[in-house]
Amino acid sequence: MTLLQLNFLNKHFGAVAALDGVHLTATSGSRTAIVGPSGCGKTTLLRLIAGFETPDAGEILLDGHRIADADAQVPAHLRNIGIVAQDGCLFPHLSVVDNIGFGLKAERAVKLARASELLDMVGLDQAMLARKPDQLSGGQQQRVALARALARKPRLMLLDEPFSALDTGLRAATRKAVTEVLSTAGITTILVTHDQGEALAFADQLAVMRGGRFVQVGHPREVYERPVDAATAVFLGEAVLLPAVVTAGRAQTPLGVLAVEDLEFRGQTTVLLRPEQISVRRVEGGEGDGVITDLVFGGSTCNVCLTLGGTEAFSFRIDVPSRDIRSAGDRVAIGVDGPAHIFP
Amino acid sequence: MSSIADTSVLPAQRRRLPAASSWTMTTAVSVALLALMPLGFVLWATVATGWETAQQLIFRSRVGELMINTILLVVFTIPICTLLSVALAWLTERSDLPGARLWSWLCVAPLAVPAFVHSYAWVGLWPGIHGLGAGIAISVVAYFPFVYLPVSAAFRLLDPALEDQAASLGLAPLAVFRRVVLPQLRLALCGGALLIGLHLLAEYGLYAMIRFDTFTTAIIDQFQSTYNGVAAYMLAVVLVVCCFVLLGLEAAVRGRRRYARLGPGVARQAKVARLGRWAYPCLLLPLVTSAFSLGIPAFTLGRWLVGGGTSIWRMDEIGLALSQTLVICLVGGLATTTAAVPIAWLSVRRPTRASRLLEACYYLASSMPGVVVALALVTITVRLLLPLYQTLATIVLAYVIMFLPRALVSLRASIAQVPMELEQAAASLGRSPANALWSTTVRLAAPGAAAGVALASLGIMNELTATQMLAPNGTRTLAMAFWALTGEIDYAGAAPYAVLMVLFSLPLTWLLHHQSKKIAGR
Repeated sequence: MTLLQLNFLNKHFGAVAALDGVHLTATSGSRTAIVGPSGCGKTTLLRLIAGFETPDAGEILLDGHRIADADAQVPAHLRNIGIVAQDGCLFPHLSVVDNIGFGLKAERAVKLARASELLDMVGLDQAMLARKPDQLSGGQQQRVALARALARKPRLMLLDEPFSALDTGLRAATRKAVTEVLSTAGITTILVTHDQGEALAFADQLAVMRGGRFVQVGHPREVYERPVDAATAVFLGEAVLLPAVVTAGRAQTPLGVLAVEDLEFRGQTTVLLRPEQISVRRVEGGEGDGVITDLVFGGSTCNVCLTLGGTEAFSFRIDVPSRDIRSAGDRVAIGVDGPAHIFP
Repeated sequence: MSSIADTSVLPAQRRRLPAASSWTMTTAVSVALLALMPLGFVLWATVATGWETAQQLIFRSRVGELMINTILLVVFTIPICTLLSVALAWLTERSDLPGARLWSWLCVAPLAVPAFVHSYAWVGLWPGIHGLGAGIAISVVAYFPFVYLPVSAAFRLLDPALEDQAASLGLAPLAVFRRVVLPQLRLALCGGALLIGLHLLAEYGLYAMIRFDTFTTAIIDQFQSTYNGVAAYMLAVVLVVCCFVLLGLEAAVRGRRRYARLGPGVARQAKVARLGRWAYPCLLLPLVTSAFSLGIPAFTLGRWLVGGGTSIWRMDEIGLALSQTLVICLVGGLATTTAAVPIAWLSVRRPTRASRLLEACYYLASSMPGVVVALALVTITVRLLLPLYQTLATIVLAYVIMFLPRALVSLRASIAQVPMELEQAAASLGRSPANALWSTTVRLAAPGAAAGVALASLGIMNELTATQMLAPNGTRTLAMAFWALTGEIDYAGAAPYAVLMVLFSLPLTWLLHHQSKKIAGR
């Protein structure tokens, strides 16, 4: 069942189009990640959904009811949409328990009980209840912010880069905890992030945003394996882009002839391989398929530049397991697993 | 300056640090002791008078009347100022009020008019005006900018994300204002309200002009009529107790916490509320406020100036008063800023519990009413150091005590802006410690020091209470001349002096307005 629907959303700030015809559908209980480089309009989109900004055109439907269009908006405080901001945005003048109970209209005892229940849910110690926000670490602040947003049992939860202010180890742990809490509660969630790894790990629907519009929306694996264009491919992870001449499901590339899924396409194009499709093996005394011309040791993997033999010397960079590869000048055999992807 | 040069933090010189640092500390402590002299005097007066006499002098109906006057004045003026200032600050900072920038200027501008000139202007317009009602009305227009300034700066500093967050948690706009915005304005409100309260207790001219008796006016009456020390001393004791009550109240309400913005990054600019058809009704508030706080002084002064013609411009007298005032202001401003240098430097570069305690002493000393400071210095010089009685040195000391925090705030901010690494970089480029200090910190802190001198000087220019008790014989500052002429009911003759004081104070208001904008990073 569709919970949130965005139709033709437009928003301009002066002459700059922050949103340029955005469509999105989120089903009940789903987790959608909106990913894009900074300045692509994703935070603006979130603020429109939350009701902090008004669209110039288009409409937002929640549960089938129109909550915003260019003429009329349901104000933010009547939408019951929770939001967790990048820095948690806790009220600095209130204790943790007052922050969590902020949106509840209930007696103090009820608020206290609910706050301590929620604190449990987000995995924080009860001793935190009396603290002020500035006595909490970044990760703790984010969890309190989540508890505060959950307190009102929102219809929709918006997460605005909630993990980006945390350091790496804490980020993964907090993300996992938040994901678990939200899926247990069955709350439809929209996460905005510029971190593609976070988006891929979090979502069951991924929307890639660029220049104020969605360039691709789909299941994370689908979008990762079959991106619509090279920019999306590179944005979502390491990509090896090869020039190719395609005929009838076969692509002639510097890596040899590769299978492609599209049987109709013919002509010159660029095809995509993900690094996990490529295996590189050192060959002792043979020609191999190519030679390592540069090598940066990085622990478990080495980032190498592979230059292929053949008429035009084609080279690309790729991470390979560092155990086998020793030094620049090694000759290697290259294997490819699975079909290459053609950009439509 | 050389003492500071010796203490610049260079590893090779570390062993020289303690001596030089303690030298600065010694100076700072000496200044603090001087500043605390009035408080010491009040203590001494209480003890020396003896309980019997003190009781008789304090618990009498006259003191009761003064107390009721004072309490009523404070209890009405501060809430009215607070409400007015919050409303004005919201309109000028958070709404699309037409001409918001101009109005925000006009809300600060009343500070350029000395309080007793406000009073003079009202009396000029309504000669019969007097008593509590008049006192409250004039106090509000004269002092509300003390709350408006910090509150409007606080509005600019608020993180609008918190308000968005509160809305997403189901709070209607009014509830957001009450539960999120107001609590964050609390520090600014408390600070401003305290400042107004202390002014209400300390002001003489404003209330004397409209025949409203407060402790300050009573002390001066007593002092001028009889020189009867003890009665005046006991009134001063009660006045100081009132000050302490205000300071204590403010500390209790403010609490110990500062609300810092949590999290990294720069706050988004606040959204501006659309007033729509309410814009014109809303315009009435700043319009009426400005009419009373600026219009009345402008009108009265203009009328006297036009009516008086050229005859009121007795250039020899005015010229003399002006030059004497400028000398006193300059000497006082420089002395105040110089006295503030050691503690400013210590509090930025060597913040310890001792330096914080010292700072608190300066603030406490300066919150004592001018009349108490003057009374203390008169008594001490007459009894112990007669040659210093009514000399420039004594009056400058009074100014240092009263205005040191003004210089301190500017100095400290500007020293804090200069990273110590700059000095070290200069040293690594071959400058001697003194030279490094001179070419970096002193150079960069100079504008702050100049602002400190200006703030202190302008405070001195409009100071009347202590000045007329302490000024050397034959001295007649603008404020004193103005006051003497109004005392002779020569309102027209007083007008040029008032105009000069306003003109010289305008840069002060510009500076304050500018600083409050700068605090907010704009």
